[in-house]
Amino acid sequence: MAINTPKQTSHLKREILVRLIKSFLSDNFEENTRLIPYDMRPKGHEVPYRCCIYKERAILRDRAVAGLGLSIEKTDDSELLSTLAKKALERKEPEDKPLTVLTTACKGCVPARIYVTDLCQGCVARPCVNTCKFGAISVQNGKSVIDPAKCKNCGMCAQVCPYQAIQKIIVPCENACPVGAIAKGEDGHAKIDFEKCISCGKCVAACPFGAVHEKSQIIDVLKNIKAGKKVIAMVAPAIMGQLPCTPQQLKEAIQELGFADVYEVAQGADVTTKTEAAEFVERLEHGAEFMTTSCCAGYNELVDKHIPEMKPFRSDTKTPMYYTAEIVKKEHPDAVTVFFSPCVAKRREALQNPNVDYVLNYEEVGAWFIALGIQVAECSESKFKTEASAEARNYAVTGGVAKAVQTLLPEEIPAHPVIIDGLNKQSIRDLKKYAKNGMCELGNLIEVMACTGGCLGGNATVNAYKPALKQLTNYVNSSESLKSSEKIEK
Amino acid sequence: MDEKKISVKVCLGTTCFVMGSANLQELIETVPAKYGDKVDVMGVPCLGLCSIDWEFSKAPYVKVDDEVVKEATVEKVLKAIDEKLAQQEK
Repeated sequence: MAINTPKQTSHLKREILVRLIKSFLSDNFEENTRLIPYDMRPKGHEVPYRCCIYKERAILRDRAVAGLGLSIEKTDDSELLSTLAKKALERKEPEDKPLTVLTTACKGCVPARIYVTDLCQGCVARPCVNTCKFGAISVQNGKSVIDPAKCKNCGMCAQVCPYQAIQKIIVPCENACPVGAIAKGEDGHAKIDFEKCISCGKCVAACPFGAVHEKSQIIDVLKNIKAGKKVIAMVAPAIMGQLPCTPQQLKEAIQELGFADVYEVAQGADVTTKTEAAEFVERLEHGAEFMTTSCCAGYNELVDKHIPEMKPFRSDTKTPMYYTAEIVKKEHPDAVTVFFSPCVAKRREALQNPNVDYVLNYEEVGAWFIALGIQVAECSESKFKTEASAEARNYAVTGGVAKAVQTLLPEEIPAHPVIIDGLNKQSIRDLKKYAKNGMCELGNLIEVMACTGGCLGGNATVNAYKPALKQLTNYVNSSESLKSSEKIEK
Repeated sequence: MDEKKISVKVCLGTTCFVMGSANLQELIETVPAKYGDKVDVMGVPCLGLCSIDWEFSKAPYVKVDDEVVKEATVEKVLKAIDEKLAQQEK
């Protein structure tokens, strides 16, 4: 699948967020929140997607529940949005599980299976019958027929059919999930198993009905700003490719939302680079065959939950978010910190880090600008107090982390980077193999990014991939490189 | 009759950008390749269409000459261009 394909579901999700923010800023948050589904689908409005206006409203209501940061699974249908808005306002901290599934929006897709279409010609060669290892295919009345009791959904028959007459019917969320954490439950609707889920966000992007939502913390952040707290934004490097403005204008625009200051997470990435380069040298000097990076939260959760044997090979260096939050809390102990994220996974990481109070994704930030009518391109420029290096700002691009670490390595201990550009079933098998063998024949520094394209391909990004890459690269090229004097000594 | 160039303005104001014109930027490259010098295409600052009432929900906007394309997609814009070209030929 191409990265960041345009989707109508994103439009709906973002519209809900804008309306929630507007309603928070209005004089009657609870009532105006209750009215959101009715404002979006008033009496007599066309019914663009579903069977009737009532179903459209019911789904919009559930999308608003997710926007309020609540689990749709835990709320009862009888609870009014106004009651839930109050609940969101009163909570002390965000809920733990970062995703929620809208059963109303979930279509309950046809179960994944192999299907023989009418294109089957009942040929003489019958490669499908011969290829099937399970004896599940027979020819009846001149057509191939699959016995569902024997079929294991391996898809071999579909691959060999000369007419492409056999199709694999997929459930997009199940198909996208690299760890088998989302599946249709007994009722036919998708359910997430959070014991297995690595928060990579692939199901969010994959569902054509937009039935998987991130639980937003926007209300919590708005509440803190309204209460006059010193709220500080920490923006992950990928954001610099997301909106039609300069990084300095973006800083000013974020301050106009009510943030006291904005830190680039690239600042923390500089600490990650130095620490990780030193760690790489030390590990290799002690005979290690390879090391993997540790800055992608989705990958970290993958290792913790599914590849524990990889733990000894994963760098112990903390993430750029970790170091940035540490710096901010040291400089401003009274501050409320908000991480601006391109993906779901950082929500999980933030929950485990006391220095990060909240997480907003780029869609939520974009919606906030819309709600306040802020034209980012017309904002004045505001400078960052600490400038990060070009290498750190390039962390958001696949290959960027390995490249940064390489810059600081001594000549005697060169890195041979291996880039895992997106987690999927194949790349997970590869990683398991490297961990089991204790070596990787392709190189010694494995950079793992859960998303294809790196953070710029995150599930909650706003800009299309190509222009985002171009914009970010311009910023990287205009930044100072790491100095050779900072190289790690052997 | 002198053929007037068709002008396509893709709104890159914040609202349009977030609501989807990010994905319309490809038009700036693909339209000239497809239509040559018959069509002028550019990304422009906020056209001011989103701020009226609750019209942000109809973003992104694209203007093809004087015609406003709401909830614009690449397909909708190309269709609008084709219609204009067909009118000119009449």
